[in-house]
Amino acid sequence: MEVSWALLANAVIAGLLLGGFYAAMSVGISISFGMLDVVNIAHPAFIILGSYIAYIVNDRFGFDPIVVSVAVSPLFFLLGMVLYRVYYICFERRGQESLRGLAFFFGILFITEVALVLIFGVDYRMVSSRYGDVTWRLGPVDFPMRLVVPFLVAMVMVVGVQLFLTHTFFGRAVLAVAQDQLALRLMGVNPVRVKELAFALSIATAGVAGAFLIVIQPVQPAIGREFIGLVFAVCVLGGMGSILGTLLGALVLGLAESFTSTFFGPSWAPAVSFGLLLATLAFRPSGLLGR
Amino acid sequence: MMADTLLEVRGVTKRFGGFTALERVDFIVRPGERVGLIGPNGSGKSTLVNCIAGTLRNEEGSIRFEGRDICGYAAHRRIRMGLARSFQIPKPFASMTVLDNLRVPLIYAARKHEKLAPGRIVEEAMRILAQVGLAGRAHAMSGGLTQVDMRKLELARAMAAKPKLLISDEAMAGLSASEVDDILALLSGLKEQGVAVIMIEHVMRAVMKFSERIAVLVAGRKIADGDPQVVVGNADVIKAYLGE
Amino acid sequence: MSNQVFAAVTLAVAFALAAVTQLVPNEYFFTAAYTVLLFVILATAWNILGGYTGYVNFGSAAFFAIGAYTTVFFYNAFKAPLAVGVVAGTLVAGLAGLGLGYLTLRLRGVFFAIASLALSVVLYIFVVNWDYVGGARGAYVLQPREIPFGLPRYIHVLYAVQLVMAAFALVVARAIEKSTLGRGLAAIRDDELAAECSGVPTLRLKIFSTMASCALMGMAGTTFPYYLSYIEPSSAFSLSYAVNSIAMPLIGGMMSWMGPLIGAVLLGSVQQLVQVTVSSAWNLLIVGVLLVLFVTLAPNGIMGWVDAWRRRKGR
Repeated sequence: MEVSWALLANAVIAGLLLGGFYAAMSVGISISFGMLDVVNIAHPAFIILGSYIAYIVNDRFGFDPIVVSVAVSPLFFLLGMVLYRVYYICFERRGQESLRGLAFFFGILFITEVALVLIFGVDYRMVSSRYGDVTWRLGPVDFPMRLVVPFLVAMVMVVGVQLFLTHTFFGRAVLAVAQDQLALRLMGVNPVRVKELAFALSIATAGVAGAFLIVIQPVQPAIGREFIGLVFAVCVLGGMGSILGTLLGALVLGLAESFTSTFFGPSWAPAVSFGLLLATLAFRPSGLLGR
Repeated sequence: MMADTLLEVRGVTKRFGGFTALERVDFIVRPGERVGLIGPNGSGKSTLVNCIAGTLRNEEGSIRFEGRDICGYAAHRRIRMGLARSFQIPKPFASMTVLDNLRVPLIYAARKHEKLAPGRIVEEAMRILAQVGLAGRAHAMSGGLTQVDMRKLELARAMAAKPKLLISDEAMAGLSASEVDDILALLSGLKEQGVAVIMIEHVMRAVMKFSERIAVLVAGRKIADGDPQVVVGNADVIKAYLGE
Repeated sequence: MSNQVFAAVTLAVAFALAAVTQLVPNEYFFTAAYTVLLFVILATAWNILGGYTGYVNFGSAAFFAIGAYTTVFFYNAFKAPLAVGVVAGTLVAGLAGLGLGYLTLRLRGVFFAIASLALSVVLYIFVVNWDYVGGARGAYVLQPREIPFGLPRYIHVLYAVQLVMAAFALVVARAIEKSTLGRGLAAIRDDELAAECSGVPTLRLKIFSTMASCALMGMAGTTFPYYLSYIEPSSAFSLSYAVNSIAMPLIGGMMSWMGPLIGAVLLGSVQQLVQVTVSSAWNLLIVGVLLVLFVTLAPNGIMGWVDAWRRRKGR
């Protein structure tokens, strides 16, 4: 196949734009798994849930899906709080988090997917946004707005989370809880509360990322499972719990998938994230930035 | 290389990212010796234990057991050589009874020529439990034991491996005076069996009573090593514990 | 009861059931029983790594499908009879388990779990793109015209084979559970670090446990292509296998071989009955909800209740 510069440039741009979106999907896992050590494999379920909520409102009222998801994010935040409470009471407190916690989150993932199938069926759903069909052209390179807009908002969200973690008292408490819970207690801060709110934040980001997803591609309930490997791969690649690392990891993954898609076909994309996850775990488990 | 050294730690360095937990630590234990290892919290004692036991890999330095270089040996291999350790926070096999907890090391840590016939295992387990004072709790679930009983079970499990060297990691932390005496008696009794013991503790009276030699670790470096009375009188040691 | 005696008893029961039930006039019984037995094998297999060793495998569907598609491969390539498919499928699934284990078991248990889930997705893509075994269109595996043992229909043969395989899986699981190996696995499950420091060669045992578990899960899938004479990826990789293989041992009890058996028979039968009245999606939803309820409220399952009751009576 002829490799023209245009093809290459487009693959790079698409990869970077996709990478920004992947960062948004994975920043929640960076928090819940990287910092709180909670293996929330149901995270993609909340992304898909966010997609469907954006879809309903968009379909019914025509509002922009991303705006909808931001407006609805407090609900996801609350959902995250409830979920963490249950997880904490039933598993973390009893030291059973490894096997049973995993089974619990798998159950949640499963129930969400099946419930969505029951409500919406297995057909692909799409949203219509004002920019969905617009593409800017810069010479031979395409900038599809359906990728650019989510990318920009995703960047805002990721940077926002990072600033929140480093510049607010609560954010720093979250960073601290990952390292030394006893010290937090001595400071009069309840680590369980901190973890609960941090986990809620991670679910809120998932909801918003769901809107990005459905702007970028059509969605059906089962695709959540395809993203599990991806979000954990990005988190590990990024060094577990580093937001900057997550961003880098996501960009790397986005580029890898874009190139695979361009030169080998799009159906192999989930294999790329899986392969990258395995390779990272085998050769550089401390991630790109290597803590 | 001295023929009468059981454990020889030379120049061991362990880093966690940018933080150096152990820096060029030298440490020797002779057969049957009773060594106390003390130092403030965070000085690297547990890290040293983990490096010796094989649950952590040291970046630099060598560790020899009975003259053999054991760097790179998995932890289960080291215990089969006779290097046992207990855990600071007890880790019982919670789904098993106290007796069954002991079966695991009796079966798996036994050296080839010492393998017990299946019928003898219960007998041997009960003998060890009697030694630590847990015989009456043999059929209790290990998850529901009291703190001091859990510490005893930790040590019993280590003893079931028929070690030549046993590392006791803060087995007395948070216990009452009489409970401390229980554990002390237990560890002292090992001398009769020719087992060398490294006792890591903060309970100074126990360390003083027990040790033939004391080593002191501060901020990852060994700053003293020798006769207990001399070591505790050492100005640097006092400064490390009490601050400037 | 020694392993040999248990094996003899179980096989005898299996053969007796196979013989006696031939008299059942209702054909639906055989298709339903086939499926319930499939889950007995799957749940028992999963529990070897899950309940005994403490490592969660989310990729049961992948290993089930490996068993099924190996049968298809050997059928397409050599017109091989069912027996060959069974043996080959079991072996290939075991090898795949070895591969997955070797790559991920040195790491924390969560990475094994995530990798197993990702494996399902990737293998699905692979199979969908592999035309030799039918790809997305599916493959046909014709039931032999001559039905062995003089049985009326082929489903009777499949049912009998499934009974024997279920007995085999139970014997293997029980043998592992009661052996020295089983104690080592239990130690790993309770506290892997403490087990390693008690002399248990944890990596070796985990890899063995993974291989045994995955091989048996593959075995569960080997007769599947013959069941409908047709197989295609979305049914071979059905979500139902993933969730049931976890829910059944959890609900039945993960500590012994009886738990998965009870869970599979109960939950499997309920699903077979419910299936005729309610859609399969509702069916799965109920299983998912039961899974979450049991894991949060009754994590030791039915056998856990039995044990607790026994202990209270013993006082």
